[in-house]
Amino acid sequence: MTADHGRCEVAMTVNGKAAKVCAHPMERLLDVLRRDLGLTGAKEGCGEGECGACAVLIDGELANSCLIPVLQANGASVVTIEGLAREDRLATLQQAFVDCGGAQCGICTPGMIMAATCLLRKHPQPALDAIREGLSGNLCRCTGYAQICEAVAEASAHGEER
Amino acid sequence: MQAESIIGTSVPRKEGRDKVTGRARYIDDISLPGMLYGATVRSSVPRGKIKNITFDPGVPWNEFVVVSAKDIPGTNCIALISDDQPCLADGLVNHPEEPILLLAHPNPHILPKAVAAIRIEYDPLPSLFTIEESESQAEVIWGTDNTFKRFLIEKGDVDQVWAAADYIVEGEYTTGAQEQLYIENNGVIASFDRERGVTLWGSLQCPYYVHKALMKLCHLPEDKVRVVQMETGGAFGGKEEYPSMIAGHAALLAMKSGKPVKIVYDRMEDMAATTKRHPSRTRHRTAVSRDGKILGGEVEFVIDGGAYATLSAVVLSRGTIHAAGPYFWPSIRVRARAVATNAPPHGAFRGFGAPQTLFAMERHMDRIAAILGISPVEIRRRNFLKPGQTTATGQTIREPIDMGRLLERALSLANYSEKKDSLRRDHQSATRRQGIGIATFLHGAGFTGSGERYLASVVGIEGCADGRVRVLVSSTEFGQGTKTVLSQIAAETLGLDYSDVEVAQPDTETVPNSGPTVASRTVMVVGKLVHSAASGIRETLIAAGLLSEGYSRDAFLKACAAYVAAHGEFKSWARYEAPPGIFWDDEKYRGEAYAAYAWAVYIAQVTVDLSTYSVSVDDFVALQEVGRVLHPVLARGQIVGGVAQGIGFALYEKVVWQNGRMQNSQMTNYIMPTSADLPVIRVYFEELGNVHGAFGAKGIGELPMDGPAPAVVNAIADALGTGFDSIPLLPEDIFSAVTAGGLDTPPASQGAR
Amino acid sequence: MRSDPEDYELVAPATLSAVLPLLAAEPGEWLPIAGGTDVMVQYAAGKLPARKLVSLWNLPELRHIEVSHDAIHIGAACTYTDLREHALIAQEFPLLAKAASWTGGIANQNRGTLGGNIVNASPAADSLPALLVYEAELILVSLRGERRLRYVDFHTGYKQTRLAPDELIRAISLPRQFAGYISYARKVGARNAQAIAKVCVAAAASLQRGLIADVRVAAGSVAPVPLRLRETERLLRGRAVDAVLVEQARRKAGEEVRPIDDIRSTAAYRSAVLGNLVAEFLIQLTAEQIA
Repeated sequence: MTADHGRCEVAMTVNGKAAKVCAHPMERLLDVLRRDLGLTGAKEGCGEGECGACAVLIDGELANSCLIPVLQANGASVVTIEGLAREDRLATLQQAFVDCGGAQCGICTPGMIMAATCLLRKHPQPALDAIREGLSGNLCRCTGYAQICEAVAEASAHGEER
Repeated sequence: MQAESIIGTSVPRKEGRDKVTGRARYIDDISLPGMLYGATVRSSVPRGKIKNITFDPGVPWNEFVVVSAKDIPGTNCIALISDDQPCLADGLVNHPEEPILLLAHPNPHILPKAVAAIRIEYDPLPSLFTIEESESQAEVIWGTDNTFKRFLIEKGDVDQVWAAADYIVEGEYTTGAQEQLYIENNGVIASFDRERGVTLWGSLQCPYYVHKALMKLCHLPEDKVRVVQMETGGAFGGKEEYPSMIAGHAALLAMKSGKPVKIVYDRMEDMAATTKRHPSRTRHRTAVSRDGKILGGEVEFVIDGGAYATLSAVVLSRGTIHAAGPYFWPSIRVRARAVATNAPPHGAFRGFGAPQTLFAMERHMDRIAAILGISPVEIRRRNFLKPGQTTATGQTIREPIDMGRLLERALSLANYSEKKDSLRRDHQSATRRQGIGIATFLHGAGFTGSGERYLASVVGIEGCADGRVRVLVSSTEFGQGTKTVLSQIAAETLGLDYSDVEVAQPDTETVPNSGPTVASRTVMVVGKLVHSAASGIRETLIAAGLLSEGYSRDAFLKACAAYVAAHGEFKSWARYEAPPGIFWDDEKYRGEAYAAYAWAVYIAQVTVDLSTYSVSVDDFVALQEVGRVLHPVLARGQIVGGVAQGIGFALYEKVVWQNGRMQNSQMTNYIMPTSADLPVIRVYFEELGNVHGAFGAKGIGELPMDGPAPAVVNAIADALGTGFDSIPLLPEDIFSAVTAGGLDTPPASQGAR
Repeated sequence: MRSDPEDYELVAPATLSAVLPLLAAEPGEWLPIAGGTDVMVQYAAGKLPARKLVSLWNLPELRHIEVSHDAIHIGAACTYTDLREHALIAQEFPLLAKAASWTGGIANQNRGTLGGNIVNASPAADSLPALLVYEAELILVSLRGERRLRYVDFHTGYKQTRLAPDELIRAISLPRQFAGYISYARKVGARNAQAIAKVCVAAAASLQRGLIADVRVAAGSVAPVPLRLRETERLLRGRAVDAVLVEQARRKAGEEVRPIDDIRSTAAYRSAVLGNLVAEFLIQLTAEQIA
C-alpha cells in the first residue's frame, strides 16, 4: 500500500483476474468497480445498503458494495454479475431469469442474481420461504418477486451449472 | 406464412440477456470524455420570495459552472400542458424542493459541499399543505382560487333520486401520496454544440415530451434537440413528466459550459424532489333501493396537485371517469377538482387517478352492503354494468363483458364462500382475525376521449439490408416488455421469426413520435400501428412483385433484402386514425371515454395480528379480462408487479410530510414490500379479445394497481368488523381504531336511514 | 454519495495490537469501522462527523467464537452470519441467533458485527435485548489493558456508552446458564425483512413446579437505551402463569417504558405492543409447560 495524495493501491481478484487500482481508501467498492474497472453491472439504488442493487460476492459472501470502503476489499476476491457467464453461455440462474421473467426493468437484476447465486451455494434446494428470505435484502419494484422466486427454483432444479 | 403463432407465446425478452449479464447500459453506466457532474440547489422553504443568495467565499467558485434562471436561453418553464412550472425559480419559490440554481464540476464528490455553501435568504409567504387548507383559500397560491382543473360529469337527473331512495349512504375516503420507487433514480446526460444543438440521453418514458420541453427552454428548433432513451430501470409514471425537468437542468449546464453534463439523483433527492401519486379525497353519497340497486349518486373527487399544474388535469380526468367503477348508474354526478398546495408537484404513477377513485368506490360498495345487510358479493352482482348499458359518461358498453361471470369464477378460484364461513367459524382468536375482501373494477386503455386523436401517433417499420425488419417507435421499454411484444406483433404480421425483428433505440433523430409510453396504450394502440406499418411493408413487397401471398420466411427475407438493394431506404409508416363512430365531448365530459376497458375481480385474504396490529395478505386472486394475452409471462409479470405495488399502497407506503417536504426520503424509512412480505399472487386471465388492439389485446399495465388496495382493506374490515376508509393503513392506525372503538362494532352507518 | 472520500482517512492495520496505539495516541479521533453497515450509511448521507477511520474488518483477534465449559466468548467483529451459523449459539442462545437473523438482509448479515451493533448503541438494535437477557459481559481492550464491564451497565443514555475513547470491544462473553430456559423473541418492524424495529422483545424464563423460577424480559425501541423490564420481571417471578397474571404483566410492561413518537411509530402503539408481546410470551410459556 503506497500513499499518493491520500490514495492507496488496492489489489483484488475481480471475476477471477488480478486487478490493481489506485484509489482513495474511502472510495466505495461500488464506485471503484464501476468507474475504475468498468464493471457497471452492480448498480446504486439507494446508497445505504437497503436495496441490494450493488450486491457482489466478496470472498464468496454476498455483500453490498456501496457499504464497503475499497481498502477493506484489499486482497479479497470479488465476483460481480459480469463474472457469472462463461463466454457466451449464461449461468443457469441467468438463463432461468430470462426464461421465467425474473428480469423486468433489469436494474435490480444483477444484485438479485448475485444474492440468488449465494443462496443456491448455501442451500442448493431451497423451499419458497428460504428463497424469499435469501432475497429479502434485494428490493424489486417491477415483479412482485414471484417470477424471480420461480427463476431461482428453476435454477435449483437444474443444478449449479449446465 | 408460418403456421406457428408467435402471439400468445412467451418468447425471451428482447433485452433479457443484456439485463441478466450486467451488459445493459443505463444512464449512470455512461461516461463521456470531459464530462461534468451537475447538482441542484433547492429551496429550503415551502413558499417565499428569494431575498438574497450568498456564495461562501471558502469555495473556489471559478471551478464551477453556475446556472440561474437568467441563463435560460428560451422560456423559463417545463413545457407540458400549462407552462406554469419554472425550470429554475426566479424570485419566488412555491415548494420546499424547488430548484433555484444549478452547479457543475468535474469532481462529483465536492458538489454536495458546494451546494451546502450557498446560502439563500427568503421572505417567507404563507403556505398550504393539505387539500382542506387549499380549499379554504386562506391564501391564494395558484391562479385565482388554488384550482388547477375542474371536471363535471352529469348523467340523468340525480337530484330526483334522493326522495325515492330507501337508503342514502355516505362515505369519505382518502388515499395518500405514493412514491414510484423505481430502483434506478432519475438521471440524464446532456451535451451541446452549436452544430448539433442539445443531445440528451436519459432514463425516461417519453422522449418527445423531453424534446418539446427542451426546445422551449433552450430556444432551439426541432432538429437541434435530440433525445435518446437509455435502458430505463423502472418508471411507473415517475419518468413520464419529471425527466423534462432534470433534462432541462443538464441541458442548461451543458449549454453554459460547453461540456457534457451528467445529473443522476441519489435516492434521497429523487424521493424528496420528484413526483409522487396524488393524495386524494373522495366523497360518495349514494341512493340505493331496498333490493340493493344503485339509483343514483353524487361523487366529489379532489386531488392534491402540489405546487404546479404538471399532469394533474389528466390524472384528475382519469380518476373522474373511473369514479363510477364497473357499475350501472341510472344517474350520477361527479364533481372533481385538482387543487394546489406547497408541496413538490404530484404526478403520474401507474393507474393515474383511477386507484384513488376506485379505492373509494370499492370501499363504498362494502359500506352500502353492510348498511343494507346484504353481502359484498351480492351488492356488486346486482349493479354491474352490462353490455348495452351506459357508463357515467354515457358510453354504451359494446363488448360482451359479463362481470357477474367473472365474479363467479374469481369467487370459486378463491374458494370464497367456504372461506367466508370457515374464517368466521374457526379462525378467529383473541390475537388473530382473518377476513376476505373483494374489489371489482375496470381500467380504460389508451388516452382518454379524444386524446389518441390529438396525439396522432406514428409508427414506422424499416426493412433492413439483410431482409429483417426494425420497429421504429418512441415507445419505450422500462420493464414492461415493450420491445418484446412489439417485436412479436411485427413478426406475426410479417410471418417472420421473433429474432428477425428488432426495435430501434428510442432516439428522436431516428424514430417517429408514437406517443408517450403511458396510459396502458402501448400494446393496444401502438401495437395496432405496428401491425398496420408491418402490413404496409408486406403489401409493398407484394405490389413490387417480390413476394406473393402465402410466402415463407425465407422468401420474405430475400424479397425485403432485394427491395432495399434496389431502392435504398425501405420504410413503412402508419398513423393513428380514430375508429369510426367514436364520439367524445371534451366540454361536457360525455361520450366514449376509452376505446376499450380491461375488467377485473380481485380477492384478498388477510390475517390481522392483534398483538401487533399488523396485516399479512395470505392469499390473493387476481382475475382479469384484458383482451388477448400476447405474452403470458410478461402479462403475468405486469399483474403480479402491479398487485405488489397495490398492496404497498394499501399497507406499507406512507410519505411522512412536514411543511410540504417528505421526511422519510430513504428506502429504510419509506417502506415497500420485500420478497418476505407478499403472498403467492394467483393470476388468471379471461380473453374476450378487442377489435381496437393488435391481435385483440387491450391495455394491461395499470389495471393491477387499481384493485389490491380496496380488496385488502375490505378484507381487513371483514376480519375486524370495523371499516377503514384511509390508506395507507398502518398498524398504528389499526391500533388506534381498535383501541378507540373496540372490535366487532357494526360498520359506520352515517347517513343511513 | 454525499461525502468526499478525500476528506477522510482510513487505515487497515493487520492486527489488533497495531490498532490500539492509534486509538491511544489520539483518543476519540479514530472511528473504528468493521462491516460498515452503519458507518458507511452515515458517510454516504454526508453525515459522518469523524474524519479518521480505522478498519477492524477481519482482524483475526476479533473474529472468532470460543467456547469454554461455563461461557461463550464472541469476538466483537463476528458477523450476524457467524452468529446464525454457530451451532452452540443456536442451541443455548437462541435469542441471539434469532436476532441475528432479523438484522437486514443476507448481505448486511455478512458484514454487520455484534460489536458494531453494541457500540453503535441504537435503541432499536435487534441483538441488544438478547444480550441483556443473557447477562452478557463485555471485554474491553485498550493500550492500557483489558477490563470487563457488565453489558447492562454499558449504555448510559441515547447513543451514549461507557466505552472510553481509546477503547474497543474485544469480545462479548455470555455465561452458559440458559440451556433449560424457555425463550421468546419477536421483532415488530414495518415489514417482515429489512426493517428497523418499532418494538422488539427478547425474553427467557425457567419454570419449576409450575412457577416462574427465573425470568428476564428485555426490549428495544421503547426507551433511549435497550432495556430490561425489571418491574415486569419482579411481578412475574415466583408466580404461576394464569389469565390474571398475563393481564397484569401486559399492563405493567406497557407502563414500565416511556417510548416516543417518531418517524417509524407512535409511543402509544409501542407501549401497547410491548405489553401484548409480553403477554404472548407468557401464553407461550404455559403452552410449552403443558407440552
